[in-house]
Amino acid sequence: MSLSADSLKRIDREIAKYPADQKQSAVMGALIIAQDENGWLSSDTLAEVARYLGMPPVAVYEVATFYNMYNLEPTGRFKLTICTCLPCGLQGALAAADHIKARLGIDFNQTTADGCFTLKEGECMGACAMAPVVLVNNKRMCDRLSNEAIDTLLTELKAKA
Amino acid sequence: MGRLQWPVRLREAYVSQNLKVEIDGQTVEVPAGSMVMEAASRLGLYVPHFCYHRKLSIAANCRMCLVDVEKAPKPLPACATPVTDGMKVHTRSDKARQAQNGVMEFLLINHPLDCPICDQGGECQLQDLAVGYGGSSSRYDEAKRVVERKDVGPLVATEEMSRCIQCTRCVRFGQEIAGVMELGMIGRGEHSEIVAFVGQTVDSELSGNMIDICPVGALTSKPFRYSARTWELSRRQSIAAHDALGSNVIVQVKQNRVMRVLPLENEAINECWLSDRDRFSYQGLNHPDRLTRPMVRSGDGWVETDWESALARAADGLRQVIQAHGGAGLAALASPQATLEELHLLQALTRALGSESIDFRARQTDFRADAHRQGIPWLGTDVASLSTLDRALVVGSFLRKDQPLLAQRLRQMAKRGEINLLQVIDEDPLMRVANRMTVAPAQLADALAQVVRAVAEKLDQPIPPEADRAVPGAQARAIAQSLCGGESRAILLGSVVHGIATRTELVVLAQRLAGLLGSPFGHLGEGANGVGGYIAGAIPGPGGRNASTMFSQPAAGYVLFGLEPALDCANPGQAMAALHSAQFVLSLSCYAPRPGDRADVLLPIAPATETPGSFVNTEGRLQTFNAVVHPLAEARPGWKVLRVLATLLGFEHLAFDAIEAVRTALPAAQSIAARLGNTIEGGSYPAPSGQSDTNGAAGTVQRIADVPIYATDPIVRRASALQQTCDAIAPRLRACESTLQKLGLTAGASARVRQGEGSTVLAVELDATVPADCVRVSAAHPDSATLGAPFDVVQVEAA
Repeated sequence: MSLSADSLKRIDREIAKYPADQKQSAVMGALIIAQDENGWLSSDTLAEVARYLGMPPVAVYEVATFYNMYNLEPTGRFKLTICTCLPCGLQGALAAADHIKARLGIDFNQTTADGCFTLKEGECMGACAMAPVVLVNNKRMCDRLSNEAIDTLLTELKAKA
Repeated sequence: MGRLQWPVRLREAYVSQNLKVEIDGQTVEVPAGSMVMEAASRLGLYVPHFCYHRKLSIAANCRMCLVDVEKAPKPLPACATPVTDGMKVHTRSDKARQAQNGVMEFLLINHPLDCPICDQGGECQLQDLAVGYGGSSSRYDEAKRVVERKDVGPLVATEEMSRCIQCTRCVRFGQEIAGVMELGMIGRGEHSEIVAFVGQTVDSELSGNMIDICPVGALTSKPFRYSARTWELSRRQSIAAHDALGSNVIVQVKQNRVMRVLPLENEAINECWLSDRDRFSYQGLNHPDRLTRPMVRSGDGWVETDWESALARAADGLRQVIQAHGGAGLAALASPQATLEELHLLQALTRALGSESIDFRARQTDFRADAHRQGIPWLGTDVASLSTLDRALVVGSFLRKDQPLLAQRLRQMAKRGEINLLQVIDEDPLMRVANRMTVAPAQLADALAQVVRAVAEKLDQPIPPEADRAVPGAQARAIAQSLCGGESRAILLGSVVHGIATRTELVVLAQRLAGLLGSPFGHLGEGANGVGGYIAGAIPGPGGRNASTMFSQPAAGYVLFGLEPALDCANPGQAMAALHSAQFVLSLSCYAPRPGDRADVLLPIAPATETPGSFVNTEGRLQTFNAVVHPLAEARPGWKVLRVLATLLGFEHLAFDAIEAVRTALPAAQSIAARLGNTIEGGSYPAPSGQSDTNGAAGTVQRIADVPIYATDPIVRRASALQQTCDAIAPRLRACESTLQKLGLTAGASARVRQGEGSTVLAVELDATVPADCVRVSAAHPDSATLGAPFDVVQVEAA
């Protein structure tokens, strides 16, 4: 598996933001780009990013495992991350999570049989006032999710898949 | 040296004044920028710690060294708290103790409390400190975290990563000392663990030090694991015998068997480190190959016999050679790993028999400088100074593999200074390199001449005649530019220079360059006793044959000492042919002969762990050691064997009773320094031999023959764990794409390599680090033992 020319171009843009001898500063950006392309970060991808940035592979692995928005395993088409930290939990996030589980028939860290959804537990997303919040594929934040709003969201995503 | 040198630590570079600090009521003055930990150790006070290591960067993540600083609201980590003037620190106040006890309780939450079944038990910092700072029982009865075991190669065991306390010493060691980050800490919080990258092993040639610095039983020694308890072992001081550095070691012995080798701290030599070769090669000492009884040739094989008849036959054989051919018919070759005393007796015996043909430089091919050298070739400077150089030029060295710890010194140097490499293989030295120039071995002298000329032009000095015809290229000019900067410099010649046919030219050029720059120049060194051999006089006298000519013009009789000629000689094909045509060959060896070896009498001698002796390392330092164990079975110390042989041959003046008596016959340690010198003076030298024209027949290329790190001597070659590392794989024919194309070879197929009379078939591998029109075929392996000189031309064809 190797990164496309387009991804490499985007990684070059990240690298250009830092001094020439500090290419490794671009590692987080590069991993995001690699994940956008492949959906997840295989060890081959990590090794390729390491080679590209002139870093030891294990140093890239450290970064990729430290942040939980990097997927080190393949996920479904849509990764739903629901915040279950304390403030969200007090505002109904746990019930919302139960609703999603019931609708999709999966538990946390599982993927639906059709490969459409993966459900993850997330850490604070800085949107406690708008709980419950769900992050779709690390990019789209959906807040104040009542059960109805969740149903709408799932139907909408399902239609896209 | 008298001139200002930049201190190692940057933070000390900008400050000069000292600060006063009071720790536990005692006052000490330390340079600004020092940490409380350093101030405390200056006072001899111990602050408990795990992650702090004085040779590594500061992480401050174990929190064990929390101390009570007056006016600070909370306890502060001593390792990461800079001293301020008038600071008052209490390392044992109630507040400090409470903090330390608290940290210990946290560390023990996830650490298994099963010291009796842990391999580290008895030598564990966590165990020791838990006695002082831990509770008598645990308050924690929830589930402990479990970390899966890993496999990171044959040397370092990571079977019990649950014991890890995440101090990250091993990670920092890799980054800062070994130069390659092979272990890392993945995950976060409770899920952090130390791993190598998916599927990779730890391949650093210094990896064993991670075991030493691991404060718990997470990283342990795979070969030693569960073979002994630390308190069962007696500790005996010795000197490592596998490279020219002469690392100080502690050999740990149980029931007359070497169980483990650990570094003994010596800031001037190995600091607190040890190379894997010196650390794990002890496994070869008790290898089943060890020669345990004398053997004599009988038909096509050898039969065991007793010492008396073997010695009698040896003396007879030598006498017959002398009778038939005179003294000149005899030649003696010793290993550069032999002790000073052994080399002294061997040369004295050879000379007493009337022969001047004695040598120990088995891997050297060019001896033209012998008549012109002004002293004993050595490092040219002291080992410790390598870490503080501003500029260095390393010529022809497989730096990391040949000299793991000297490379480590240069790696520290390269963090501030500039290192330039003139090399034959473009390998990553795992350090910051200012400039590198990779050329074929035959072009090495020209490349160095380019640098000499570029430096002369830059400094407006007359161009030395040797560099007159050189045309400096851009790379040579860049190296010259770098070398002209800085204050302290050195030019270092490596193993390629040692083995190449143009050694003399290279040494003279290095001498000219050093003259222009006003810097020392020297040889990184070959063998544990590479300087000692000269001191002992184990070099040919007038009319004598050297390590090369004794085989190119075969002698009638040979004495081999501690060598496996097929693997240890520069030109094994030629050496084996000469030995097989000889009338008599006496071999004093630690190991039984290999198939195809020639020896009429084999006398079992003791390796350095089983005999007293001395080595003179590459900086001219004489280091004497005692035997750490008794000789195995019927093996005997080499000096005793030689002494008895001398008596049998009627040389009473060599009948020394004790090793001390042998030593009195040797020059005193103080006189060594005066005899060192790398300069070559006067005369012209004949053109280098052996380097045939590379533009000749199709399929003719230059060979680059490195001696792989774990093939350097008979003991290392039998160290089983080292032989499982990726550095120990059998030689392949490695070449770059253009060369492979030219030779009509494909990677993965096999090729026949012919050199002189010999030929061998090897697997072909694509290797972009090899310069064009060269093939890398390692030496010192049975697969390449039929070939010839290390940097000569070879014929290659598809097979």
